[in-house]
Amino acid sequence: MRLLNLLKIAYKAIVLNKVRTLLTMLGIIIGVASVIAMLAIGEGSKESIRTTISSMGSNMITIRPGADVRGGVRQDASTMESLKFDDYLAIKEQATTLSYITPMVNGSGQVISGANNWPSTIYGVNPEYLDIKVLGLQSGSMFTDAEVKSASKVVLIGQTVVDNVFPDGEEPVGQMIRFNNIPFKVIGVLEEKGENTFGQDQDDVVIAPYTTVQKRILAITYLNQIMASAISEEDAPEAVTQVTAILRDQHKLADSEDDDFSVRSMEELISTFSSTSEMLTILLVAVASISLLIGGIGIMNIMYVSVKERTKEIGLRMAVGGKGSDILMQFLIEAILISITGGVLGVILGLSATVFIEKFLHWPTSVAMYSIIISFAVCAVTGIFFGWYPARKAAALDPITALRYE
Amino acid sequence: MAKEIIKIQDLKREFTMGTETVHALKGISFTIEEGQFVTIMGSSGSGKSTMLNILGCLDQPTSGLYEIDGVSVKDLSKNELATIRNEKIGFIFQSYNLLARTSAIENVELPLLYNSKVSTEERRKRALNALEMVGLADRIHHTPSQLSGGQQQRVAIARSLVNNPVMILADEATGNLDTRTSYEIMSLFQELNKKGITITFVTHEPDIATFSSRTVVLKDGHIIKDYMNTNIQSAASELAKLPKEDH
Ligand SMILES: Nc1ncnc2c1ncn2[C@@H]1O[C@H](COP(=O)(O)OP(=O)(O)O)[C@@H](O)[C@H]1O
Ligand SMILES: [Mg+2]
Repeated sequence: MRLLNLLKIAYKAIVLNKVRTLLTMLGIIIGVASVIAMLAIGEGSKESIRTTISSMGSNMITIRPGADVRGGVRQDASTMESLKFDDYLAIKEQATTLSYITPMVNGSGQVISGANNWPSTIYGVNPEYLDIKVLGLQSGSMFTDAEVKSASKVVLIGQTVVDNVFPDGEEPVGQMIRFNNIPFKVIGVLEEKGENTFGQDQDDVVIAPYTTVQKRILAITYLNQIMASAISEEDAPEAVTQVTAILRDQHKLADSEDDDFSVRSMEELISTFSSTSEMLTILLVAVASISLLIGGIGIMNIMYVSVKERTKEIGLRMAVGGKGSDILMQFLIEAILISITGGVLGVILGLSATVFIEKFLHWPTSVAMYSIIISFAVCAVTGIFFGWYPARKAAALDPITALRYE
Repeated sequence: MAKEIIKIQDLKREFTMGTETVHALKGISFTIEEGQFVTIMGSSGSGKSTMLNILGCLDQPTSGLYEIDGVSVKDLSKNELATIRNEKIGFIFQSYNLLARTSAIENVELPLLYNSKVSTEERRKRALNALEMVGLADRIHHTPSQLSGGQQQRVAIARSLVNNPVMILADEATGNLDTRTSYEIMSLFQELNKKGITITFVTHEPDIATFSSRTVVLKDGHIIKDYMNTNIQSAASELAKLPKEDH
C-alpha cells in the first residue's frame, strides 16, 4: 500500500518533469549506446582477422630462412639461403606431429598468353601444398609427385590470373602459357578465395612443381620457405618445437647460437594480428570510457540539479507528513525508473547502431556481452546514485529549511 | 478546564547568518487550550511566522520547551514529527506552497498519500469534500497556474483540512484575499472551530482578529499583549452586511 503510493508519486513526478526526464535519459541512452557500438566495432574487427587467418589453415606452420625478423634487424644475404632441401627431408622424416609438408620457392614474373600478359607470382611447391593451404580446384587436377620429380612444365593458376590472361572466357585447362618466357601447360584452376583481411588478392597466384621453379625459373638450389601442417591445431606448438630442434641439429648450431631460421605457427600469427587489433580495441575502449564518463557526468549533473531544484517540493512533502524515508524512496524509485528505462533504450539504440554499421558501412561488428553489462551498470548506478544522494541531503533538512530553499 | 493542546515556555529561536545572530523569538511563553481560536498579531518581522513554524513542527526552537498534547516535541524523532504533521496538524502557508502543474484535487490529496491508513477511494472522497468546503468543487482539475491567488489560497486551506486535523495553523491565510473572500474564509474557520478544531491564525489585520476568541500580539520577538475576546464577531453575518457584488 505504502510502496504503491510511492510508486504513484514517483510516476507522477516523472510525468510532471518531462524535459528533465528526457534529458537525463538522453545522457544515459547515448552513453550506453556509444559504448556498445564502439566495442562492437573493436570486437568485430578482431574476430574477422581471426576468422580470415583461420581460413588460411589454422594448423599451418611456416619455416623461413634467417632469424626471426620481428625485431627488424637486417639479415645478410647468405642467411637468407640457409634453408636447404635436406632440411625439408630431415623434417619430413623426423617430425611426428606433421601431416603435410612442402618445400617452397617463389619468384615474380610475367604470365603471357598470346597477346595478354599479367604480372604475378609463381610458387614452386609439392602436391601437399593444397592440403596445407586448404585449397580446392575449380577445374583440372594437381600435378603429381612424378611430375615434381621430372620437373615438368605444368602450372595451376588462380582466378585473377585466369581473368587477365584468358579475358575471352576460354577454358584455361589444357592451354599453354608462358611465365618469364618459359612455356607451361595449364593443368588446373584454383578455387576462388578473394582478398584476405590484409587486402592481398589470394587468387593472383601461379603454382608449379618446386623442382621446375628452382631449376628453370630461379636457378637456385636453396628454398625460400618450408610449409607444413600440424596434425591438429593443438599439435601446432609441439610441431614448432620439433621443427626447431631438427633444424638446429641440421644446421649444427651450438647452444650459444641463435636460430638462423624462424618457425611460426598460424596461432602465433593470429596472436600477432590479434594484438594489433587488441590495440584498436583498447583505443576504442578508451574512447568509449571517456564517452561513458562524460555521459555519467551529464547524468550526475542533471540528476543533481533537478533534485536540488525540487528541494522546495521535498520541504512541502515533509511539511504535510512525508517521512524522510518516503521522500528518499520516491526519489530512488524515480531515479531507478529513469535510469533503467534510459539504459534499456540505450542498449536498443546501441544494438541498432551496430546492425546499421554492419549493414551499411560493411564493417565487421560483434556485440560483446560485457560492453552491454558495463555500460548499463555504470549509467544506471550513476543515475540512481545522483538521484538518491541529493535527495538524501534534502530529506535530512528541517521541512522549513527545505521549503525556504531558493 | 479544557485540555492544553499547546504549551510553550521561554521559547527562543535564533538564526545565525554568517557572524550575525538574529534573535527572532526572545523567550515566549503561553498555552493554547483545545478549541480556542487564537489570532497572532504583530508588525512585519515581529516573529509571527517563526513561531508558527515551530508550533507546526516544521522548525525546531533554539531553546525552550514546546509540548504538544503533553508531549515534549524535543523528545520526538523526525518520523514521529512527520506523523504528527500528517495526522494532527493542518498548516496553511503564507505563500500557499502548492505543487506546480498538479491539479487542485491532487494537491489536496497530498497529505493523505503519506497516510497508509487511508485508502484510494477514501482519499479521493475526502479531498473532494475539502474542496467543496472551500467552494472549489468546480475547479478540482485546475492546476495552480489556472487559479487566482484567492483560489490557490483556498486549495491550500482544503489541503490543511483533508486530514481532519486537531489544530490548524494558518500563516496570513487571508493576506492576499479581498475583504469578501477573507470573510468567507473566516466564516469557514469559525465553523471548523465550532466543531472543536483549535485554530491559530497569524494576521496583521485587526478586523480579522475580531473573529477569534483570543489575540496574542508579538513585537520584536516578545509577547506584548495576550487577551481574550469578549465580543466575538460572526464572520457570516459580517459577510452578509457587505455590499452585494455580482460575480
Ligand atoms: N531563516 C531565517 N534566517 C534568518 N533570519 C530569519 C529567518 N526567518 C526569519 N528570520 C528573521 O526573523 C525575524 C522574524 O521573522 P518572521 O517570523 O518571518 O516575521 P513575521 O512573520 O512576523 O513577519 C525577522 O527579522 C526575519 O528577518
Ligand atoms: Mg510572516
